[in-house]
Amino acid sequence: MLQLVFSTSAAREARSKASGVRTLADLAEGEAGILAELDLPEEAARRLMVLGFLPGNRIEAGPSAPGGDPRIYRVDGAEIALRAETAACLKLASDDQDAHR
Amino acid sequence: MNGACHCQTCALAGGPGRPAGKPTIVAIVGPPNSGKSTLFNRLTGLRQKVANYPGVTVEQRVGKTRVAHGHEITLVDLPGIYSLTPGSEDERIAHDVLTGRMPGMPKPDAVLIVLDANLLSRHLMVAAPVLALGLPSMVVLNMADELSERAGQVDVEALSEHLGAPVALISAAKGEGLGPVLEFLDGKLHAAAPRLDRALLNDIPRCRLWAQHVGSQTWKPPSPPVWTQRLDRIFLHPRAGPLVFLAVVVAVFQTIFLGARPLMDAVQALVDVSGAWMASEIPGEALRSLVVDGIWAGVGSVVVFLPQILLLFLFIGILEDSGYLARAALIADRTMARVGLQGKSFIPLISAYACAVPAILATRTIENRRDRIATILIAPLMTCSARLPVYTLVIAAFIPERALLGPLLGTRAAALLCLYALGFLAAVATAGLLKSAILKSERTPFVLELPPYRRPTLRSLGLRLYDRARVFLTRVGTIILAVSILLWALANLPLEDGARPPIERSYAGRLGRAVEPLIEPLGFNWKIGIGLITSLAAREVIVSTLGTIYGLEGDAASVSLQEAVRRDLSPAGGLALLVFFAFAMQCISTIAVVRRETGSWKWPAVQFLYMGTLAYAGAWITYRIAGLLGS
Ligand SMILES: Nc1nc2c(ncn2[C@@H]2O[C@H](COP(=O)(O)OP(=O)(O)OP(=O)(O)O)[C@@H](O)[C@H]2O)c(=O)[nH]1
Ligand SMILES: [Mg+2]
Repeated sequence: MLQLVFSTSAAREARSKASGVRTLADLAEGEAGILAELDLPEEAARRLMVLGFLPGNRIEAGPSAPGGDPRIYRVDGAEIALRAETAACLKLASDDQDAHR
Repeated sequence: MNGACHCQTCALAGGPGRPAGKPTIVAIVGPPNSGKSTLFNRLTGLRQKVANYPGVTVEQRVGKTRVAHGHEITLVDLPGIYSLTPGSEDERIAHDVLTGRMPGMPKPDAVLIVLDANLLSRHLMVAAPVLALGLPSMVVLNMADELSERAGQVDVEALSEHLGAPVALISAAKGEGLGPVLEFLDGKLHAAAPRLDRALLNDIPRCRLWAQHVGSQTWKPPSPPVWTQRLDRIFLHPRAGPLVFLAVVVAVFQTIFLGARPLMDAVQALVDVSGAWMASEIPGEALRSLVVDGIWAGVGSVVVFLPQILLLFLFIGILEDSGYLARAALIADRTMARVGLQGKSFIPLISAYACAVPAILATRTIENRRDRIATILIAPLMTCSARLPVYTLVIAAFIPERALLGPLLGTRAAALLCLYALGFLAAVATAGLLKSAILKSERTPFVLELPPYRRPTLRSLGLRLYDRARVFLTRVGTIILAVSILLWALANLPLEDGARPPIERSYAGRLGRAVEPLIEPLGFNWKIGIGLITSLAAREVIVSTLGTIYGLEGDAASVSLQEAVRRDLSPAGGLALLVFFAFAMQCISTIAVVRRETGSWKWPAVQFLYMGTLAYAGAWITYRIAGLLGS
């Protein structure tokens, strides 16, 4: 049910550059997507999951700080700010036509 | 998915059901910013700090409440938690109290789980593991007023059925719907064993599915907070946002400096009149001198700053209660990231504008220990309210008032603004230094939940000011009074032929003379030297000390403190004194709290030496440069 990938930060960066997978960081203000996977160390992933960043959950991008980073994300009615570097580790499901507003 | 979490929860969940009788110790738990402290204050009549951002409460606080028939209950307010696996120091405290591991604190025998009714289904994920502890629990859905305003609904009975625990829908802020809570405290609402599938506890996705399911059956979510989204469109606008921020800062400083004037003048007049009255009424020269020149001149010169400090706290209160503070942390995150800290460190730094001591406690919300120590070390560089009297006195003495931006900003307010900026820059630069050298750490993700904007109530602002005034007056009545009396004695001894010596030859004068060679390069004479020594107790003591010294010299009646300062300091020396106070760590309570929070004397010692060196070097350079420019 839960696909967590535990990896070092270097490996993670290399992988996210190589693959063309869309992440939370690619969402513009007002766009939404379905979360597929948290590509973060276990402890960090757990902290985000209790806040609602769970695979299968719909997440909408809100406004950001001036400069575009960090950005507010709307999850289950709450607003949570994440840095782009963190958002880039949260991969979206590729099949999200209906999530787009 | 998490080994440590798994074992812990099993052990905890093994407890029996409800013990017989009425509860005596009741813990208040729940996610951050759900209104736990507001409810605690309602029930106990105490005034635990309440503000609109997550992470306000960082340690347990105990209070008593009486339910029917005089049955007394101990309530424990706890820091907010997102789960029962602690990540930060404040979460650990909540966890330890709940599980009976907090030294000196018996395990609670019942729990009030406070959730925000507007976020019910997400907050149920926090309720689940707490319910599974097996203690008699009541689920309290708070913010009923906001829920109905935003057209949300909740079926309390159905929810209670699902959870197997009594449920109350209340508004802690308005005091509505508290009836069932009181009944529960009185042991009248019995609960069946919580109906929870243990398997979902350690499986976050399953727990969320359960929470969503229960939510969908019992709860109509409120409409999105339109006002919050509208305001964020302004405050977080790429260009308008920073402009609004700047405009607000400028207005605040102008108000603190000029707006407070009439009130300060009024207090000054009161002090003068009462001083003159006492001078004419009190018999005996020694007693009169002690009361009028020693105590009244010293204490009075600090009391004058009360209106200004209250105004500062009013602004901080509005910032904290409205929810803007969390946005400021968001905006500041980039700057903080550059020096290796994160936006969360910004919240303690802002509270350091009031006082470094609560700011240092507030760092408990920072998960990474090295980040936390770095934040503790830089917090005292932020301009605390005790510096305000010193700054105001010296600025008013040396900087003429002229308009800079029309009526919007004058030179004096601008000087004050520069000093605040100086402290902030020094803090940020120090953080960069620390994080690149001794406190390196892996970047931890910045995660901050933003509260909706709320309108600060007059009541809560009023209470803040009242409490602050009490703290300030207590300080005046204890530290400042004591130092004034001591100083008066030191300035009157040893007697020469049975009479008071000139101040230069008194003990106080000798002390000042002894340090004079050390501070002369900074442009300070021996009188300022005495003030620097006494201000080790607390910064604003230098003001009362100068008040007492000038009082004894017999000038107090004819000359204002400002003019007296102008005679003793050159303008360059005045600037140097400002810089010295911006950097020096003259505060015993801060040293004590740093020792407590870091667990060793090492950090406060490092901090004291570092800030002292910075102060001395900064003052020296300022004196030199200002001297060159002035001549
Ligand atoms: N509208 C409304 N606001 C409330 C109510 N109860 C609390 N608040 C506000 O919610 C905010 C948070 O309240 P706190 O009591 O500080 O929350 P807390 O749960 O103690 O927060 P932490 O200590 O940070 O975990 C404050 O701005 C309160 O004024 C309520 O019933 N209605
Ligand atoms: Mg609280």
